[in-house]
Amino acid sequence: MSALAQRLRLGAPAALVPLGAVAVAALVGALVMLAAGVDPLRGYDAMFRGALSVSNIDFAVAGFTAILAMSLAFAIPARMGEYNLGGDGQLVAGGIAAAAVALYLPGPAVLLLPACVLAGALAGGALASVSAPLSTRAGVPVIISTLLLSTPMVALASYLVRFPLAEEGSPVPQTPRLPDAAHLPAFPGMSYTNVGLVLVLAVLLVTVYVDARTPVGYEIRVAGANRGFAAYGGLSVPRLTLGTLAAAGAVAGLAGAVIVMSQPFRFIDDALTAPGYTFAGVAAALLAGGRPALLPVTAALFTILSVGAAGMERDVDVPRQLGQVLQAVVILVLALRVLAARWMAARARRAAGGRA
Amino acid sequence: MDVLNLAFVAAVLTSAAPVLYAALGGALCGRAGVFNIALEGQLLCGAFAAVAVSWWSGSPWLGVLAAVVSTAVFSFVLAVGAVAWRADPIIVAVGMNLLALGLTGFIMREALDATGTFAPAGLQGLPDLDAIDGVPVLGAVLGRATVLVPVAVVLAVALSLWLARTSVGLRLRGVGEHPEAATSLGVPVTRYQMATVVVAGALCGLGGAQLSLGTVTAFTENMTAGRGWVAVAAVMLAVNRPLWVLGACLLFGAAEAWGFRLQGIGLPQQLTDAAPYLVTLVVLVLSRIRVRRRLSAADPLAAENAAHPEAVIHPEETR
Repeated sequence: MSALAQRLRLGAPAALVPLGAVAVAALVGALVMLAAGVDPLRGYDAMFRGALSVSNIDFAVAGFTAILAMSLAFAIPARMGEYNLGGDGQLVAGGIAAAAVALYLPGPAVLLLPACVLAGALAGGALASVSAPLSTRAGVPVIISTLLLSTPMVALASYLVRFPLAEEGSPVPQTPRLPDAAHLPAFPGMSYTNVGLVLVLAVLLVTVYVDARTPVGYEIRVAGANRGFAAYGGLSVPRLTLGTLAAAGAVAGLAGAVIVMSQPFRFIDDALTAPGYTFAGVAAALLAGGRPALLPVTAALFTILSVGAAGMERDVDVPRQLGQVLQAVVILVLALRVLAARWMAARARRAAGGRA
Repeated sequence: MDVLNLAFVAAVLTSAAPVLYAALGGALCGRAGVFNIALEGQLLCGAFAAVAVSWWSGSPWLGVLAAVVSTAVFSFVLAVGAVAWRADPIIVAVGMNLLALGLTGFIMREALDATGTFAPAGLQGLPDLDAIDGVPVLGAVLGRATVLVPVAVVLAVALSLWLARTSVGLRLRGVGEHPEAATSLGVPVTRYQMATVVVAGALCGLGGAQLSLGTVTAFTENMTAGRGWVAVAAVMLAVNRPLWVLGACLLFGAAEAWGFRLQGIGLPQQLTDAAPYLVTLVVLVLSRIRVRRRLSAADPLAAENAAHPEAVIHPEETR
């Protein structure tokens, strides 16, 4: 066997499993569309056009910004084996904090923009940080505490937007329109796509760098590979847990701030959680499989799935929940990647045995 | 005053029952050594199947049956994926929860032609226990509840006895506590664990049916709203003991019932909605601190891993 073929064979499962997961999900989606009486080709065409056509791309890029941020919010703690499923609460905390600062703090755009973004990141980070001591001191799994904190936070924001921060006389629970100074500058010719995308991409670059090139990134990965060994080697697992969760919450909070500071420049009840950015982000992070540099690719895929699903609902009348179903199928297939790994290991063992 | 208090007990039981079914399923799984956090999705699946079949057939009892069967079938994803094939139970469960959310919303749109909430005029809910209305105390507590509410409480006691007193219960505990020892005694570990996951699924089906045909008569998208996660917390709080699970769920029910009371005197619904989750989390934290302190004296490694219950399931495999 040539060296190249051997290399391809060894590298294959790493790339094949995510691609296989997407293929299986696409197939399941096609079957569901057939069952619903819709030609799958037309359905997928409507889905792609719903996200990528000239008239929709502006909105889709805004969705991509949010999903990429939420994928980071899941991926950062996942590097050390902690699961942050409370993204909704952190997203909403960031959004409501940014809105409150924008409404109550007068000032020029130069000061107000960073203040709002910072408030959002701090609020999200603070909420997520609570889960760190709960895990390291009390032994409550992060996955449970982040979720149990998320529901009350969403309810609290819902209260704030109905009473103290509500726009009077509005039929929808929402804040008044934020002052012009708190509007993130949009790209030329766009109305939804704005500087928020640049901010989230910057966070992504920092994450990729820290993960791959710095001691902290290495420590986080060591803790993820073997917590006991990390502690034995003198790493402070509680501090790493706190750091990753705070960073994750801050990215989610940033996403919330960006959404509120974009069209229509309000915090509207349910508008942050209803599109399902959190779990699209979770799915994107799982698909990227712990390689932060791949997040933009997988986040783009899930943006097409979730933003495009709305277009599909409009054009061919397939419920938009199909997007969620496909995300779930991708996650489930990915969970079974251990099967592929075990199969490869068994093959390798057989091959080694054959040679000996 | 007496009537008021009995009415409160009734409200607590009704609020607690759906969570209790899910948590009893979770506790059984915990005892068998399976980390089951797919309770949320399974509750939702049960709630939807119950409403859909009750509407289609006109019989709420067929709805309950459908909830049990469909959720048990759904739980095979966890049984096969996480137990038989040893995939990461957390990722499988995250996928299942999302799948339940998406599928119920999809089918509701596609087959029932409704968005958001499905509560047509002719939808049959489970009947109240009118027969015991005349009985003192019991009538006031359970007269307005469905039969699934008292059954949940009885089930908690029965499961506790079953685990402690029967040979199958003993084997189940052995499977969870020391799978190698169980295997060497000839107990089929994987089969026991898979069966437990499916039974837990059936219990979640009952919980979902109580939620959508008992507590209210409607299905709303994502109507479980985190109750499955409260059940996961209750299982942890109770360290997998059914009677303690009952206590933990009554606590959640009390917080929810108190919330409804406070709404009555003018507190906004959004704030009272948050209370049960916070109460559950606070009590969980307090109890875990105690458990950990006790553990750290006996077994420091187990105390270190207290926040990672999934890590101890298949200790022989690196994750």
